Amino acid sequence: MSKYKKHIMVCGGTGCRASESDTIVEKMKKELENRNLDKDVQVVITGCFGLCEKGPIVKMLPDNTIYTEVKPVNVTEIIDEHIIKGRKVKSLLPADSYKGKTDSKNMDSFKKQIRIALKNCGFINPEVIDEYIASNGYEALGKALMEYTPEQTIDIIKKSGLRGRGGGGFPTGLKWEFAAKSKGDQKYVVCNADEGDPGAFMDRSILEGDPHSVLEAMAICGYTMGATEGLIYIRAEYPLAIERLQIAIKQAREYGLLGKNILGSGFDFDIILKLGAGAFVCGEETALIHSMEGLRGEPTIKPPFPAESGYNNMPTNVNNVETFANIPTIINKGAEWFASIGTKKSTGTKVFALAGKINNVGLIEVPMGTTLREVIFEIGGGIQDGKKFKAVQTGGPSGGCLTEKHLDTPIDFDNLIEAGSMMGSGGMIVMDEDDCMVSMAKFYLDFTVEESCGKCAPCRIGNKRLYETLDKITQGKGTEADLDLLRNMSHVIKDTSLCGLGQTSPNPVLSTLDNFWDEYIAHVKDHKCEAGQCKSLLQYNIIAEDCVGCTACARVCPVGCIAGEKKEVHIIDQSICIKCGACMDKCKFNAIELI
Amino acid sequence: MIKLKIDHKFVEVEKGTTIYHAAKKLDIDIPILCYMNLEHLDIENKPGGCRICVVEVEGRRNLAPSCSTKVDEGMVVRTNSMRVINARRTVMEFILSDHPKECLTCSKSGGCDLQDLAQQLGVREIPNEETCEMSTYRLDTSPSIIRNLDKCIMCRRCEMMCNEVQTVGALSAIHRGFEAAVGTAFEMNLEASTCTYCGQCVAVCPTAALTEVDHTPQVIRAIADPKKTVIVQTAPAVRAALGEEFGMEAGTLVTGEMVTALRNLGFDHVFDTDFAADLTIMEEGTELLGRLKKHLAGDKNVKLPMLTSCCPGWVNFFETQFPDMKDIPSTARSPQQMFGPIAKTYFADKLGIKREDMVVVSIMPCLAKKYEAQRDEFKVDGNPDVDFSITTRELAHLIKQANMDIKKLDKSDFDQPMGESSGAGVIFGTTGGVIEAALRTAYEIHTGKNLEKVDFDQLRGMEGIREATVDFDGLDLKIGIAHGLGNARKLLEDIRDGKSHYHAIEIMACPGGCIGGGGQPQHHGDSAILKKRAAALYREDAGKPIRKSHENPAIKELYETFLGEPMSEKAHHLLHTHYFDRKRKRNIGV
Repeated sequence: MSKYKKHIMVCGGTGCRASESDTIVEKMKKELENRNLDKDVQVVITGCFGLCEKGPIVKMLPDNTIYTEVKPVNVTEIIDEHIIKGRKVKSLLPADSYKGKTDSKNMDSFKKQIRIALKNCGFINPEVIDEYIASNGYEALGKALMEYTPEQTIDIIKKSGLRGRGGGGFPTGLKWEFAAKSKGDQKYVVCNADEGDPGAFMDRSILEGDPHSVLEAMAICGYTMGATEGLIYIRAEYPLAIERLQIAIKQAREYGLLGKNILGSGFDFDIILKLGAGAFVCGEETALIHSMEGLRGEPTIKPPFPAESGYNNMPTNVNNVETFANIPTIINKGAEWFASIGTKKSTGTKVFALAGKINNVGLIEVPMGTTLREVIFEIGGGIQDGKKFKAVQTGGPSGGCLTEKHLDTPIDFDNLIEAGSMMGSGGMIVMDEDDCMVSMAKFYLDFTVEESCGKCAPCRIGNKRLYETLDKITQGKGTEADLDLLRNMSHVIKDTSLCGLGQTSPNPVLSTLDNFWDEYIAHVKDHKCEAGQCKSLLQYNIIAEDCVGCTACARVCPVGCIAGEKKEVHIIDQSICIKCGACMDKCKFNAIELI
Repeated sequence: MIKLKIDHKFVEVEKGTTIYHAAKKLDIDIPILCYMNLEHLDIENKPGGCRICVVEVEGRRNLAPSCSTKVDEGMVVRTNSMRVINARRTVMEFILSDHPKECLTCSKSGGCDLQDLAQQLGVREIPNEETCEMSTYRLDTSPSIIRNLDKCIMCRRCEMMCNEVQTVGALSAIHRGFEAAVGTAFEMNLEASTCTYCGQCVAVCPTAALTEVDHTPQVIRAIADPKKTVIVQTAPAVRAALGEEFGMEAGTLVTGEMVTALRNLGFDHVFDTDFAADLTIMEEGTELLGRLKKHLAGDKNVKLPMLTSCCPGWVNFFETQFPDMKDIPSTARSPQQMFGPIAKTYFADKLGIKREDMVVVSIMPCLAKKYEAQRDEFKVDGNPDVDFSITTRELAHLIKQANMDIKKLDKSDFDQPMGESSGAGVIFGTTGGVIEAALRTAYEIHTGKNLEKVDFDQLRGMEGIREATVDFDGLDLKIGIAHGLGNARKLLEDIRDGKSHYHAIEIMACPGGCIGGGGQPQHHGDSAILKKRAAALYREDAGKPIRKSHENPAIKELYETFLGEPMSEKAHHLLHTHYFDRKRKRNIGV
C-alpha cells in the first residue's frame, strides 16, 4: 500500500452496497484516472466501518476523515476538494454529534472502541488475501504450526480467558480441549455463522470485511484438536458474506494456507461452506449440526455434546464467527495482552449491533466492562430527537431489557445475567419514552413463536400462549390474573424447554414484568398505554373548546361515528370508532386529541 | 454402579441408566407421554419433546427430562416437588390448549394416553381457552388410515416407526413452531406417499391423530339388511389378542367365545381365515416346489428365493420400493383374498345365492387388509371379493356395542365348510408361521414321506431376521425369515446384490408378524405381550387334530369338487394375483 500517497476507503458491506457504494467506487476510480491521480490515490473497497445507518461511508487516509451518506454525485467534490485542494467537504461530514472532530480517532463514537474482532473491517480489502497478510494475516497460523504444540495453543486460548461470543459465554479454550481429547476417526471444526437475532449483523460484517481471520482461526482450531475438515454454516440470506468467503477460501488454497501440508508443517486442513435456510434455531449447535447433515434443523438433548458426538457423529467443535475472529490476534499478541483487556471474568472486547432509538445505529466493538451509559450516550451518541431513554434490550429475543438503573453496570457476561438479561450475540436495541414495553415483549415473542422448531411442547405451544396473552393486554382486554399467568407460563417455559431458544424466550416478558410492572398494571387496570403505542387503548377525543363545528371530521370518518350539527361541538361515539385517525388528520383546528 | 437419591430414597443402578428407569426401580412411576420403549425392537422413542417427564435435579438450573437424562453419582432427584408438579401441569395445559376437546366422540377415548395423563395431572381447565388459537390441518383419509393432525402432539413415535423400524419414510416432522406436526412430505395425501398401510404408526399413536378407517357402521348396516347373506372370516392373530380388549391376560385364546360373539352379532356364517391359510399353503407350497424343481433341473431363469406374499403391507412395500423385484414373490393371494372369491363362488353356489347378495367381512389384525380388500384386481365387475375388513379393535368395539363381554360368552365352533382348518393355518399369525406351515406340506409332497415332527423349532422366535436349513430328504432347503419392513429391506437388498443364498423367505411387515399387526390392541411396546400372543397360536396349533394344510378335509373337498388341483387354471384365476410397479412418481395428490 506504500506506493500510494492517499487512500480512499469505501465501505463494501451489505448496507453501504445497498445504497450504491459500488457505483461510488467505480466513479472514484474513473475520476481519479481522468485527473491522472490513479497512481497516487488508491480506492479500496473495505468491510464495514460500523456507521451503517449513515452509509455509504467513505474514509480518507491518512487523515482519517470520515464522510457519511455519500452519494455518487458527491464523488467529484470529494476528489476535487479533499484530494486536490486539501479541504474537507463539510456537507458530508458526520452530524454534529461528532462535535466537529473530523479525525475519526477523536470522534466520540470511535474513541472508546477497541477493535480486535473488527480490526481489519474498514481497513483492508476483504477480497485480496495480500492485504490480510500485510496486516499480520496468517502469522498466527504459522506461529501455531511452527512454534507451538496443539496443547500449547489451547493453553494460550485458555489463558486468554476468551469466552464464546455466540451467546453462551462458554470458555473457548476449554471447549477446544474437550474436542482435542475426544477420540474419532475424523473430527470437524464448525463455524456457526447462522446469525439470526433481529437487528444483529456482527458476524455478517466480520465475514464480509475480514473473512480470512475466520479461516485462519478455524485452521488453528483444527490443528489443536486434530481435525482436517472445517465447515462454515452460513445462512443463504448473506450472499455477500458467502461470496467473500468463497473468494477467501480459494485464495487461501492457492497460497497453500488451506489444503494439504499447510506451510510445510504436514498439517492438512480445508474448509467448505454449508448454506442454511435461515432458521433461527439452527444457531443452536445441535440443530445446526442436524441441518448440516441434511436433517430437520431441530436440537437434540445434550449430552452428548458435539465435542463427543457432533457432525456425522464425530467429535466436533462449534464456535461462533466473532469468537474465531479473536483467535489470530490472541495468538499474535499473547494471552496476557488479551486478558488485560476487559474484566477479570470476561476478557477482551465485544462487538455490539446498536439499533433502535439511538443516534449512531451500527456496529461497535468495546472492551468488556464498558458501561451501558458509555455505549449508549457516548459511543451511540444518545437517544434520537433528544427523547428520554427508557430501556435497552440486550441479547436479542433471548435477552431482557435493562433500564436507567442498570446504565452504570459494566457490561460483561455475568453482570448482564445478574441484571436479568444476557450478552447474547450482541444485539442492543435502545428504546425511548415512546416505546410500550408490553408491545416490545410481544414483538420478541412474535419472533420466537415464528422461529421455534416445534419439537418441544413448552416452546411450541407455550410461547404462542405467551404471545396471545400479551396481545390481549395490548388490546386492553387483559386482566391482573393474566399477569400472574404470564409469569407462571414464562417460568415453566424456561424451566422445561429443550434448548436455549425456549429456555430464554420468555426473558423479554419476565424482565419487562420486573422492570415495568406499573406499565403492565396501567394496561390491565386503567386500560392505558402511556407510550401511546397500543392503539386499542387510545381514544380520539374532540376538545369542545377548540371545535368550531366545521363538520370536516364527521365527513371524513369512514364509520360515521362522529355526530354534531354545523357550528356546534362534535362528539365521537367511542363504541363505533375504529381508531383510524382520519379525523385527527383532517381537523384544521387541532381540536382532536389522542388520549 | 451409580448411587443416587430419588425422592429421598437411595437407589443403585448401572451407569448409563436414565433417571426414569432408576425411578422405576424404586417403584416410582414418572408420568411420560412421548417416550416409548419398544423392547422387542430394541429401540426407544425419546425425543425429549413432551417435557412431561421432567424432574428436579439438585444443582441443575432447569428441570431435566427423566426419559433422556442419565444418572450421575450422588445425584439428588425430586420427581414430585411442587416445582415439578406445577411445570408438568402447565405443560399439560399447553398441550391440551392446542388439542381438540372432542373426547366424547373421539375414537381413541378411553384408550388415549393424553386423556389418561390429563386425568392423572388433574387438569380441569385451560387458562384463557377462548383466546387460544389451535393449529389446524387438512384431514387426510386413505383406504386404511385417517390422519387428523389436529390431534398430533408431536411425540414422534409414528415417525420413528415409519422411518427407523419400517424404513418406509412416509412420515416425518413438517412445518415448524406452532404449526409443527408429523405428516407427509409436502403434505401430500398418504395415498400418494410411500405408505404401505402397515399401521405401525397407528399402533403407537398416543392420541387419535392416526387411526384406522372405521368400517363397523357398514358392517352393521350389511347385517341389518335382510336381503344380504353376511359371511365373516377371522384371521388367526385375532383370537390371540381380542381378549385383551376385555381386560383378559395377553395370550388368552378366545376362539370359541369370538365365534359365539360373531354369531350373536348376526353374521349368517362364521368362518375361519385359517381355512384360506391352508388353501394358501396348497398354492404357495406347490408354487415353491415348482420353482425348486426347475431350479434343480438347471433352469437359470427361475426366480429364487421365492418370497411369501400373504402380507399386504409387505406387498405394498415391494411394489413401491422394490418394483424391479416384483416377479420374485409368490403369486398366491393372501388368505383374506383367497377366502373372498371362494366364498363368493364355491360357497355362494352351495347356498344358491347371487354374488351381489353376499357380503364378506373379514376380521383382521391389520390395516393394510382394508386397502388390499379394495384393490381393483380383487373385484369382479366392481363387486369386491371381500367387502369390508375390520380390525381386532373394531371387532371389540362392535362386541361392546352389542352389550357383550367376551369373558362371559360360551364357546362355540366355526361353521362348515370354510371354518375347518389345520394347525398350520393357525400359526400364519406369527412370524415364522407361514413358512413353517408351508414346509409341513411341501416336505410331504416333495419327499413323499410322512413328516413325523411337525414343529420346526428352528424357525420360531422373535429375532428380526432368522434363518434355518431344513433337510428335505437330502436337499438342504435354506429358509430366511424377516419381520418388520426394515429387516425385509435388508434381505431384499441382499437379493438385489446377488448375495442371498435362500430358497424361500417369509416376510411379514409388522414386527412379530400379524400378532403385532397395526389393527391389534395396542401393546405399548411390551414384548411380553407379543410373545404371549405367539405362544397362544402355537398352543392352538398343537391342540389341533390336523396339523398340516393338505390334510384339511374341507380343503381336499374344495379341490376335488371345485378347483381341481393346486395351480390349476381355475385356482390360478381365483387364488393368484400379479403385482404392479407403484414407485411414487405421481404428482402430489393434494
